[in-house]
Amino acid sequence: MLSEINSLLFGSVLLVSFVASVLYLVFFFNQKEKLRRLARKILLGSGILQSLYIISRYFIAGHTPITSQHEAVTFFAWSVTWAYLSFHWRYSVKNFGTFISLLVLILLLIAASVSRAFHPLAPALQSLWLPVHASISVMAYGFLALAFCGGIMYLIQEWELKSKRLGFFFSRLPSLDALDQLNNHCLTTGFVLLTLGIITGSVWARQAWGAYWQWDPKETWSLITWFLYAAQIHQRLTAGWRGKRAAVMAIVGFCAVLFTLWGVTFLLGGVHSYGR
Amino acid sequence: MAGERILLLGVNHKNTPLEVREKLALSSGYEEPLQALGKIEGLREYYLLSTCNRVEILVSANDDADVERELSRFLFGEAISPEQYKKYLYCYHNEEAIHHLFMVAASLDSMIVGEAQILGQLKEAYRWSAEQKCTGPILNKLMHKAFSVAKRVRSETRIGSSAVSISYAAIELARKIFGSLENKRVLLIGAGEMAELAAEHLVGNGAKDVVVANRTLERALDLAKRFNGHAVGLDELFEQLEQVDIIVSSTGAPGIILHKDDVKPLMRNRRNKPLFFIDIAVPRDLDPALNDLDNVYLYDIDDLNNVVELNKAERDKEAVKASRIVDEEALKFKDWLAGLAITPTIAALREKGNKVSMMELERTLPRLKNLTPKEQKSVEKMAAAIVSRLLHDPVVFLKSESCKDQSEMKVDFFRSIFDLEKKE
Repeated sequence: MLSEINSLLFGSVLLVSFVASVLYLVFFFNQKEKLRRLARKILLGSGILQSLYIISRYFIAGHTPITSQHEAVTFFAWSVTWAYLSFHWRYSVKNFGTFISLLVLILLLIAASVSRAFHPLAPALQSLWLPVHASISVMAYGFLALAFCGGIMYLIQEWELKSKRLGFFFSRLPSLDALDQLNNHCLTTGFVLLTLGIITGSVWARQAWGAYWQWDPKETWSLITWFLYAAQIHQRLTAGWRGKRAAVMAIVGFCAVLFTLWGVTFLLGGVHSYGR
Repeated sequence: MAGERILLLGVNHKNTPLEVREKLALSSGYEEPLQALGKIEGLREYYLLSTCNRVEILVSANDDADVERELSRFLFGEAISPEQYKKYLYCYHNEEAIHHLFMVAASLDSMIVGEAQILGQLKEAYRWSAEQKCTGPILNKLMHKAFSVAKRVRSETRIGSSAVSISYAAIELARKIFGSLENKRVLLIGAGEMAELAAEHLVGNGAKDVVVANRTLERALDLAKRFNGHAVGLDELFEQLEQVDIIVSSTGAPGIILHKDDVKPLMRNRRNKPLFFIDIAVPRDLDPALNDLDNVYLYDIDDLNNVVELNKAERDKEAVKASRIVDEEALKFKDWLAGLAITPTIAALREKGNKVSMMELERTLPRLKNLTPKEQKSVEKMAAAIVSRLLHDPVVFLKSESCKDQSEMKVDFFRSIFDLEKKE
């Protein structure tokens, strides 16, 4: 019964997110304000459904559902959605929703394409640190994903301004300044969460395996990612790095995040390689 | 209402030179001219619009009154002879007048198509007329419709969204770089007229500080005073470049005055805050390679012209869409007016029908002595039913779409068939 509800929920998450993306795309072309408001409501609906889905999986599995590939990616999509929705209450960046809704849809499609089986949790990992470490890390990824989308938008807009070919995107994308602020805000938030994620992870590792750090590939790559972002934030604070460089770094950093999430699991293995 | 027509007279920037528009007798606000209009005989409702690009009078007048000549005399005063003004004046009737009004409101008839000011001017003019009780049911409806047409055009097309002059293009670009111009500082290199105009636009859009650098300090001081800014010599240029955000260069210098290598080291001190260079000088003042620097954007006069041309093409496309909306709405309004014209005729027809049936009943009922009150009621009902059945089809015909263009003729014809009283 519960598992039926569960798969029904995931189906509706996919459907609702798809509708939101389509509406946002249509809005991107015709720029009708009514459509944007509708799309946003539907994305909010998708966010709520995603939350329900994750909760339902929690009850079935009996632990925080972040131990399989499917669960990790779904959690990722959830964090992007809610990072965006929470962000939106503070600033408004023109047409940001179109990019975010597409990213969320892509993540959900990836989640849909892998096995949705439940994995029992090794006794060593059954700890309160699991939800704490995992959810902080995934929220960090959510904000870093926003910075990634902002970076792409920045590069497009900057290209149009530099090449003086003011075309389709020029009027539809926000100002460079707004995108740079978005980059700054999301990276700072994401970086703080990422740091917390690594710290909680190492505390948990001490508890579970007896050592704070053991150079497991996932740990190594998290650290590389962390240094990439740390370098960028340092440069912004000291030398005033901004604009194109900051945008490129946000994209590079996010690629490292993606590699940490998938590349490591499939290519390098290690204790974090869940759900293979 | 039968016997009424809508008339729109005016002159605009398209066919009337400024010298003539200046002479029009309407420079003193709306109050006096509206009072003067009120004295013209045959006007039922009237409204007056006066902007620097157009003067227009819109009236609803009695059919038989020759208000056209009166109105043009009012418009041109004694200053210009009738032979002279004939070539300037346009005069639209009914549907054409409605269509023209909607075109004006939607900013399709403006000098800069799509500019937003005209709607505000229209509303202001209407407010004056309405306050002085010069408008009635028809103009009230018509003006409100014009406002809603303008709103519809604005929300359904992107006609007002692109900049079609160099200054506007520069502002649009600055907005895409800086977000808002609020608190941005402007440096003018060279104190020519073009620089002044550009600075005016930038300040008008929120820029905070204007610094003027010029070869002769005196001229720089003059210009700086206009914007509450300050003046510097050309030798202080690099210092200033660390502080400002937008640079407008328009010197008469024969060669490049600012090179890429001059600006590059400055970016570090600026902490990479963006710089927007606008080079409107010919020959150019600024090194085209400046544009290659990170966070530096350079547009010269040709680039700006290209933006303007691009926007114009886009705007023309949107204008076609907007005209379609105007056509559609003008047609709808015409239908409403036509409906207004037939309402009294239908009422008169029904009244006549009732009268006939009452008359016949009065004649017949006294003769039918044995009727119970109930039966008497039935006979009355039957008479009324026959009349309304019989009139149903003609009324439908009157309201129908057929021969809509000649609705006035139709009404006249109808009235003579049923021998309804002549319209007043």
